Amino acid sequence: MAKGILIYAQTDRQGKVLNVVLELACVAQNLSKKLGNCEISAILIGDDVNLEENKVLLSQNGFDKVYIATSENLKDYNTDYYSNVALKIIKDIEPEIVLVGATTQGRDLAPVISSTLNTGLTADCTVLDINEKGQLAATRPTFGGNLMATILCKNYPQMATVRPKVLKKSECKIEKNTQFIEVEVDLTQVEKRVELVDFKPNTQLTDTRIDEAEIIVAGGKGMKSAQGFELLEELANLLGGSVGASRGAVDMGLADSSIQVGQTGKTVVPKIYIACGISGAIQHTVGMSGSDKIIAINKDKNAPIFKIADVGIVGDVFEILPKLIEKLKERR
Amino acid sequence: MNIAVCVKQVPDTADIKWTEHNTIQREGVESVINPFDSYALETALRLKDKDSAVKITALTMGPLQAEEIIRKAISMGVDGGFVVSDRKFAGADTVATGRTLAIAIKTKIENAEIVLCGQFATDGDTAQTGPTISTNLGYALVTYVKEIENAENGYAIVKREVEDGVETLKVKLPAVLCMLKCDYEPRRPLINGFKLAQNAEIPFYSHEDIGIEPEKVGLKGSPTCVSKAFRPEQKTSGEIFENISTDEAVEKILEVLNG
Repeated sequence: MAKGILIYAQTDRQGKVLNVVLELACVAQNLSKKLGNCEISAILIGDDVNLEENKVLLSQNGFDKVYIATSENLKDYNTDYYSNVALKIIKDIEPEIVLVGATTQGRDLAPVISSTLNTGLTADCTVLDINEKGQLAATRPTFGGNLMATILCKNYPQMATVRPKVLKKSECKIEKNTQFIEVEVDLTQVEKRVELVDFKPNTQLTDTRIDEAEIIVAGGKGMKSAQGFELLEELANLLGGSVGASRGAVDMGLADSSIQVGQTGKTVVPKIYIACGISGAIQHTVGMSGSDKIIAINKDKNAPIFKIADVGIVGDVFEILPKLIEKLKERR
Repeated sequence: MNIAVCVKQVPDTADIKWTEHNTIQREGVESVINPFDSYALETALRLKDKDSAVKITALTMGPLQAEEIIRKAISMGVDGGFVVSDRKFAGADTVATGRTLAIAIKTKIENAEIVLCGQFATDGDTAQTGPTISTNLGYALVTYVKEIENAENGYAIVKREVEDGVETLKVKLPAVLCMLKCDYEPRRPLINGFKLAQNAEIPFYSHEDIGIEPEKVGLKGSPTCVSKAFRPEQKTSGEIFENISTDEAVEKILEVLNG
C-alpha cells in the first residue's frame, strides 16, 4: 500500500535547496493532515556541497525523512542519472504522492519518472487538495488560462508539478527530528547520454532574475527603442525588480528573447507587474495574468491590457516613467 | 538521417468546448498548428538545408482534420507525414499520447535518429508528451532546446535554455529534443509548396496499423482523468484613469508600489 508524500528537493547550481521545495513542503503539510498525518519525505540528489546547510533547512520545514543520494557524478543535473536515482528511491519507498517543482529541471525529470512508472503527472498545478476518496485532486489552468481543470490519477504514485511562487508560502515552518537516510548510488550500469559541455549564465540587465522577481517592469512595442528599455531597466533597478518584454518588443529587437513574457516566453507571477506600452494580446497576458497586482500604462485607452489591470493609466510612458524614476530617486 | 517531427493541431484558445467526459472537444473547432511545433519543423528543415540526405517525417495524433497540419508541414519542405487517428485514441492523457506516438514512430519511420517536439502545446501546456515519447522509445532526452548546432556521427550539439542561462550539451543519438521558440522564425511555404501539399498522400493509421493494444491508448490507457473543468474566477476589473496629469499618474503608481 502506497503511503506518504515525497518531494523532490531540487538544488541550484551552488547545491542549495530551492525555495519551491519549501513551498511544496508547506502544501504537503496540508495534504498530510487530510490523509491522517502521513509521512513527508524528500529526495536530495547532488554532490555533497552544502549538505549540512540543506539538512538544517529541510528539518526546519517539516520533513520526516530525507533520502540523500550524493556522488561526484551527480554534481550537474543529468536526466539519465537523476531519473535512475529518483526511480530507485520511489520504487523502494512507494509513496502515495510525489511533488516536484515545475522548474526546467523538474519539468524534465518528472515526466521521465511518471512515464517510466506508467503513472499520471499533472503539470503546473495551482491548487492541490485531497478529495473525499482520499485521492490527490490537482487543479491547473489550461487553454491559456481560459479554463481550470481538476485532475485525478488512478495509479500510484500520484504526481504533480507546481511552479515556483504559485503556492503562496504561509507560516509552516515546523521543526522536525528529521531522519537522514544515505542512499547508495550505483550508476555503473546507467548510460549517460547527455554531457554538459558548457554553461553560459544570462547576461542580465538587473540584479534580480525575471523568474524570481517580485516586481517586473515590462515593455512592449510602445517603448519604441532600446533607449526606451533603458528607462525600464532604470526603474526595475530602483525597485529591486527585473525587466520583461512582450513578443512585439522582442521581435523589434528592443529586448532579448530570454526576458519575453507570454505564450512562447516565460510565465511569471510577481507581486507587481508594470506593463508599459504593452497592448495586452492574449499571447502576452497568459504569461503574466497571475501577477498579484497589474499596473498598465498605455496611450490607447482601448488596449486590452486595461481589462486585466488593477490600475490602468491612459497616458504616455515617456512622460510618466521619467517622472516616476525621479520621485523614486528623491526618496532614497 | 531520418528525423521525425511531432506536431499538434491546437484549438484557438478563444474557442473551447468540452465533451461529456470532460475532455476537450477537438472536432469542429477552429485550429492552428501549435506555435512551438512550427519551430521544431523549422529546426528540422535547417538540418535538411545543411544536409540534403536528411529525411523529415511529420506526424500527429488527432482527428481526421489534423491532416491539414501535415499538409502545411509538407508545404514548408518536409518530405512526408502521417496522422495517427482512431476513435479509441480519444481522451488520451500525456502518458497514453506519448506511448502511442512512440509506437507510431517505431513502426512507421525507419530508424528515426532525432525526434523533435515542441516544448509545450498552447492548449494543454503540460510539456510532458516529448519526455514520455523518449522513455517509450528508450531515447536520450533534452528539453528546453533553443538551437541544434549540429547533428552528425551519432551525436548532436544542442543549446538548452534554463532559468539562469544557456547550457551547451552533447547528446548521443537517437534522441528526443523538445524545442522552445527559436531565434529564427518558421519559414513560409515553398513556391511549389501548395502543390506538394495537395499532391501528397497522407496515410491515416489506426491502433491496429501501428500495433498497439486498445487498452493502452485513449482514455482507457490514461492514468489521469479530468474530474472537473470550470472557468477561473474572473478578476474584477480595476480602475482606469484617463485624462489625469503626469503627477497624478505617478501618484497612482506609487500607491500600488507602497502597498
